[in-house]
Amino acid sequence: MLGRTAASLYWMSRYIERAENIARLTEVGYRISLTPDIGIGHREDWKSTLIAAGSYEAYLERHSEITSEKVKHFLLFDRDNPSSVRSCLETARNNARAVRTALTREMWEALNSTYIDFASVRPADLGSGKLPEFLDWVRQRSALFRGSMLGTLLRDEGFHFSQLGAFIERADNTARILDVKYYVLLPTNETVGGDIDAFQWETILRSVSAHRSYRHVYKDRYRPWNVAEFLILRPEMPRSFCFCYGWIERSLEGMSDIIGKKTASLTEASSILHDLKTIPMDAIFQSGLHEFLTEFLKRNNSVSAHIANDFHFL
Amino acid sequence: MVALADGMMNTQASAKNKGSMKEAPAFFDEMRSADGSIRPAYQKIADWMGRQSRGGMARKQEEAEAIFRRLGITFAVYGDNASNERLIPFDLIPRVIAAQEWRFLERGIEQRVRALNLFLYDIYHRQEIIRAGRIPADLVVGNEAFLPQMMGFDPPGKIYSHIVGTDIVRTGENAFFVLEDNLRTPSGVSYMLEDREAMMHLFPELFAAHRVAPVERYPEMLRQTLESVAPPCCKSDPTLAVLTPGIYNSAYFEHSFLADQMGVELVQGSDLFIENGTLYMRTVSGKERIDVLYRRVDDSYLDPLAFRSDSTLGVPGLFDLYRAGGVTIVNAPGTGIADDKAVYAYVPDIIEFYTGEKPILSNVPTYRCSIADECHHVLDNLSHLVVKEVHGSGGYGMLIGPHATKAQLAEFEKKIKAKPSNYIAQPTLNLSTCPSNVGAGSAPRHVDLRPFVLVGDKIRITPGGLTRVALKKGSLVVNSSQGGGTKDTWVLED
Repeated sequence: MLGRTAASLYWMSRYIERAENIARLTEVGYRISLTPDIGIGHREDWKSTLIAAGSYEAYLERHSEITSEKVKHFLLFDRDNPSSVRSCLETARNNARAVRTALTREMWEALNSTYIDFASVRPADLGSGKLPEFLDWVRQRSALFRGSMLGTLLRDEGFHFSQLGAFIERADNTARILDVKYYVLLPTNETVGGDIDAFQWETILRSVSAHRSYRHVYKDRYRPWNVAEFLILRPEMPRSFCFCYGWIERSLEGMSDIIGKKTASLTEASSILHDLKTIPMDAIFQSGLHEFLTEFLKRNNSVSAHIANDFHFL
Repeated sequence: MVALADGMMNTQASAKNKGSMKEAPAFFDEMRSADGSIRPAYQKIADWMGRQSRGGMARKQEEAEAIFRRLGITFAVYGDNASNERLIPFDLIPRVIAAQEWRFLERGIEQRVRALNLFLYDIYHRQEIIRAGRIPADLVVGNEAFLPQMMGFDPPGKIYSHIVGTDIVRTGENAFFVLEDNLRTPSGVSYMLEDREAMMHLFPELFAAHRVAPVERYPEMLRQTLESVAPPCCKSDPTLAVLTPGIYNSAYFEHSFLADQMGVELVQGSDLFIENGTLYMRTVSGKERIDVLYRRVDDSYLDPLAFRSDSTLGVPGLFDLYRAGGVTIVNAPGTGIADDKAVYAYVPDIIEFYTGEKPILSNVPTYRCSIADECHHVLDNLSHLVVKEVHGSGGYGMLIGPHATKAQLAEFEKKIKAKPSNYIAQPTLNLSTCPSNVGAGSAPRHVDLRPFVLVGDKIRITPGGLTRVALKKGSLVVNSSQGGGTKDTWVLED
């Protein structure tokens, strides 16, 4: 497989995953904006949504104030925002177009028809309660793409690079969401257990579609250290660091088998996974959740850079 | 019942000619004879058309468009920013070619393609045809399309143009003309294949009722052709690749389609490098050798060291490697000299010179503005002629006299006078018509035909080809860049 093809598959999957995550974050932001003001301030929440989306600075470059309408437009439709859902779908499709031969017809059709349908959506049509339906649609399209891939793609290089892109992006996204709210998860927080906190924790879980699965796993009300553990260490939680790195390691092992040598990215991913499997949650809190998340984001980026280097992306 | 919306209009070139119906040329209708009866090859199609309801056809049309759009079979229109990805309109009514008609075309095309490859070998070697005085030296060696760098080089199998799209028009029962030879990087074959796919999906019952020669083997034949011209140094199974300028090229869909159908890599210049006399592509495990490169990049962009130095689409050193026999480039650089519009006028001589036979397929009469007498004739009759730039393609830079405004005529007169050798002119051809699905039913529309020819260890011609149709009423311009559409093309087997 060409290095460029591998790069395109990797970025295609990253951007589809990102489109889905942005839709999810926007949905949570929208829910909060509908909730009666309970003292946390809607503006602040759109701000944290923007930060979690990695788009806060880019937003401030274009807008002087944070309003629901502007943020929604920026996150969903703005071509100048490289991480808007529209930009993500366009970038994903351009990458897919460049490697049509490496995709199955079903994958291509899932992505291409999403792109075509998205182009006909006018932001003005999404007023008066139509937004959730639209965001659902974005998530469904992402799921359709992933389903087409899992159902039709040969388990060879192409599959590995698609998986790597998706899980690197997902780990990055989960880490950002946690980092934006890390302070409400700290056990030392004086107001633990208040209504506001419960609401904030639920927000975090909703951002990763985990507010219900949490209850299945913990059979308990939301507790901050459980929420953090759930999203970081639990291997059965499909958006946790541990889960993502399980798949990242598996795909990098697959690639090492194919090219016949162990790569730097595999060594690094294995070491991250090992840490995630062995470190207790207490230790993470003791050394500082924010510091842990910052370090994780850095290592995750480093794995991404190693993948590009190991497999001749350029 | 589909009405013949403008069934009687097939004797009119355009609305402009309405006042002079008596002089208007009678176009050859491929379905109906002059007496209105249906030609045998179209009998079942005509019956089928009679059974279709207008609403049913409209639904099928929508279905077809949805298929093409979902597959991403789009092309880019240069200079059209508003919608730079468009569908080529697809016409639901197939164009039918009878078995004996096809046999005739096939013989003619094969003769022509063989002669043109011999011509290319000759002019890049001893230039016997020039010595024999059959073609002027400066027309060849003084031509922009002539590539002196190719002199004395023997490409594998002595083949220059491996992939050919011969444009043919029909004006009468037995009157077929070759309009262009397209020996460089002809496109359109993916539409031929996808049009067939779409038709089989939409109207399986039609195929059950006919014996339609299959076209599906094209990718396999292309692969065989490419493998048969691997460089002599290649001892194992040759590795093939398709070189594309990238996703913004108007024919990108076709490039990726062909690579996919052949099961080979689709590469860009940036994926390739040359090391120790070998062309490699950068792969996830390092590198892999390439033996035959089917390039869809123009000559001048192939190698910045040999041709345009600002090109980023090619590979530095590729041409030297080619000449050293390290890789085969398909089609060979320099084939443009044989499909140059000024050389075109000499093709009948070329055929006779190399094969000793009379041409089976005729040329369209062509006036060369480089010759003073012919140029005068062109300038005197501009409003009746089609004027083409010698090096142009795709319908760009073309004047259609009968449809041109006064200002356009004046502009071309000026252009021709400024650089006569840059232009040729041909009479407006009375392109044949085929019934086509238009909003209000079916109506005759002008068509041409591009059969696809592969030249390797042998010559392989896919039965049929791409029929392009000018969907605008009265229009004679079939180019997709000018709003033309395509049809599935059926060669009936006996």
